[in-house]
Amino acid sequence: MSGATASSYQPPTKVGRIADFVDQRTGASPLLREFGRKIFPDHWSFMFGEVALYSFVILLLSGTFLTFFFNPSMAETHYEGAYVPLRGMEMSVAYQSSLDISFEVRGGLFMRQVHHWAALLFVVSLGVHMLRVFFTGAFRKPREINWVIGGFLLILAMAAGFTGYSLPDDLLSGNGLRIIDGVIKSIPLVGTWISFFLFGGEFPGTAIIGRLYVLHILLVPALILLLLVLHLFFVVLHKHTQYPGPGRNDGNVVGYPLGPVYAAKAGGFFFIVFGVVALMAAAFTINPIWNYGPYDPSPVSAGTQPDWYIGWVDGALRLMPGVLGSVDGYRQHFEFVIFGQTLTLNVLLPALVPAGIVFTVLFTYPWIERWITKDDREHHVLDRPRNAPTRTAIGMAGFTFYCVMWAAAASDLIATHFHVSLNDVTYWLRTLFFLGPIIAFVVTKRVALGLQRKDREIALHGRETGRIVRLPHGEFIEVHAPLDEYKRYRLVSFESPAVLPAQPNARGIVDRKERRRAKLSRWFFEDRVAPVTVAELEAAHEHGHEAIAAHEEETAKSLGH
Amino acid sequence: MKALSQKRRHPLAVLALLVMGLLLTGGLYAMASSANQAKADTTYTASDISEGEKLFVANCATCHGMGGAGSDSGPSLIGVGAAAVDFQVGTGRMPMQMQGPQAYKKPAQFNEEQTKQLSAYVASLGAGPALPDEAMLDGKGDATHGGELFRVNCAMCHNAAAAGGALTRGKFAPSLAGVTEKHIYEAMATGPQNMPVFSDANISPEGKRDIITFLKTIETQGSPGGADLGALGPVSEGLFAWVGGLGVIIGFTIWLTSRSS
Repeated sequence: MSGATASSYQPPTKVGRIADFVDQRTGASPLLREFGRKIFPDHWSFMFGEVALYSFVILLLSGTFLTFFFNPSMAETHYEGAYVPLRGMEMSVAYQSSLDISFEVRGGLFMRQVHHWAALLFVVSLGVHMLRVFFTGAFRKPREINWVIGGFLLILAMAAGFTGYSLPDDLLSGNGLRIIDGVIKSIPLVGTWISFFLFGGEFPGTAIIGRLYVLHILLVPALILLLLVLHLFFVVLHKHTQYPGPGRNDGNVVGYPLGPVYAAKAGGFFFIVFGVVALMAAAFTINPIWNYGPYDPSPVSAGTQPDWYIGWVDGALRLMPGVLGSVDGYRQHFEFVIFGQTLTLNVLLPALVPAGIVFTVLFTYPWIERWITKDDREHHVLDRPRNAPTRTAIGMAGFTFYCVMWAAAASDLIATHFHVSLNDVTYWLRTLFFLGPIIAFVVTKRVALGLQRKDREIALHGRETGRIVRLPHGEFIEVHAPLDEYKRYRLVSFESPAVLPAQPNARGIVDRKERRRAKLSRWFFEDRVAPVTVAELEAAHEHGHEAIAAHEEETAKSLGH
Repeated sequence: MKALSQKRRHPLAVLALLVMGLLLTGGLYAMASSANQAKADTTYTASDISEGEKLFVANCATCHGMGGAGSDSGPSLIGVGAAAVDFQVGTGRMPMQMQGPQAYKKPAQFNEEQTKQLSAYVASLGAGPALPDEAMLDGKGDATHGGELFRVNCAMCHNAAAAGGALTRGKFAPSLAGVTEKHIYEAMATGPQNMPVFSDANISPEGKRDIITFLKTIETQGSPGGADLGALGPVSEGLFAWVGGLGVIIGFTIWLTSRSS
């Protein structure tokens, strides 16, 4: 591209000539060479982000198909389509067009089900990807920003899902909107105003479907796409993390290049994911809108739940008691009237507080851990979850907190399918809402420490073979087989931050904040299991295995003769 | 006429008027309510009733008391009608296996003849809902109207797809798949277990016929979109996405990366 000099190189093949033509005009080949030689490590747990990406592509494709036929109008009409049990029914045009997509449009029902299953899988893979990143410590420097972008992607995915499943204007989606309307109205002072603004008057109005549709097909996917590009840009910029292993450190990436290995693998994997989604859509029904009938504000069907990713918020609402209890025979409600304004805490608290806690901890955790460990180094080698017991325990506590609320959204189905009382399910889940995270924390931490001690034992003394040998003087011992070096490396080479006592600042003073940090550092690391040192390893080999091996040889000789 | 108008101030005129009024309203009500009740032409013979009484004494009286008067362990059956007996005994819910929040459906203990005799006996104890008219069970009503009635009156417990749902303290609304037309009608008319009674004033016999038509329509048409995962809504869908969808995907990820170190 330097000046007007023509290239003297003449490619011999047709493809070469096209490539040269493009390269001369874009200068893309250095970029492509750089990008194509990008190394990615190989592990099954690294592929969930990819699954989310592919699900999103499937969503864009199937969603575009659906927009050709969906009409987001709340005008009233009478259904005259193919589905007999609804024929003649008064309904909105939106619901009618959803039914038409299902029963009149060729391949419409399949595409609707592809879209919906892909949506579920999108959030599933996003969630699992996020769990993988958290439990392996991949959010540490330099990836904190990308972790936050991921968090926003999760929120946007939930928003995309909610705006999407509210569109058919059937009974189920209308019930979901009614709950959102109730939550919005419970916000003090401005709630009613926001609700009237959103719905264009009193619920349900005639505006909401059209508005949600614009959000669903324009704003939310555009934001997801933007953050997705940023997210992937950062992955390329930071390089991918890798699990610990021989020859792997924070300064390298061990794996295969993008081109041709990952280009082929990823391309193929896209079609595998698409195939799995298509298979699910072809064989299993999802959101059978014809069952629910048109929206009518009076009935609420049993089994009315949101899609799984909104379930935990619904569950929190279900867990919240309506009354505090009775004082002197008077029921104490969670609802107060202050200066003529109703404060409905029994809706406001469960709708906002648990979600607030989960997302606040999620977004700030990288900085919390960084502050406690004072670790400002870059990390490209992942932690095995057991080697960061406190972090893993915190993660499991949060996950349990989420799962309790999640289960509460299905409390009625738990009651019917396990033949237990619905009331008991609610009481148990209310208890677990508070105790579950604590139990999960303690159990996880003990399990992680136990696994670390087991690792240490194996690294020092080898694997138990189950072979019992009798020594000449009558003693019985079990033969331990030493590990090969590659396996041992995994068990001994990990970072294990120790308790960092309070440090004086520049003026030589240990301030209050620093003392708090030191306290947290002790809570994090005081019972850590230190990795095996070289000296320990050598000492173990001295006294143990050589002696046994010598004995074995002797035994073998004496038996042989 | 003159004689009548002359006697209008007679001391007993008010009383006579009152009696006439009462007779008129009572008679009209009796006519209206019997006209509004879908009745099968089931006539019970005296031997049905006496055979039914024997069965009742041997199998039901322990809880429901002699003469169906009720006891501490079971309600009185006077006035529950033949429909209630036909439903409870015909679906095997009665005799109950054990006391609990709700009687479970199980293979019926009595045959049709015995069920009829029991119904005859209980119907003889006091007037109540009779067995439904066959014409209301033909499943040829208006499925759309039935669906609307079902969603407004039934779906909050039985689920929009009639797959069943939970009630409080271990009680539940069962799935309606496979329940016969007659039993659906009788359940609406008598309100068994924890179900409310949907009298003819609440849902007319034609409305009940429409509901039955709707239920049988969705039952026979099957699920248009493939396996319905229990028709339980988003919970079973989410569970399937996590277990089935993600499970298969994880299998593929492991396969794709299985050549690594």
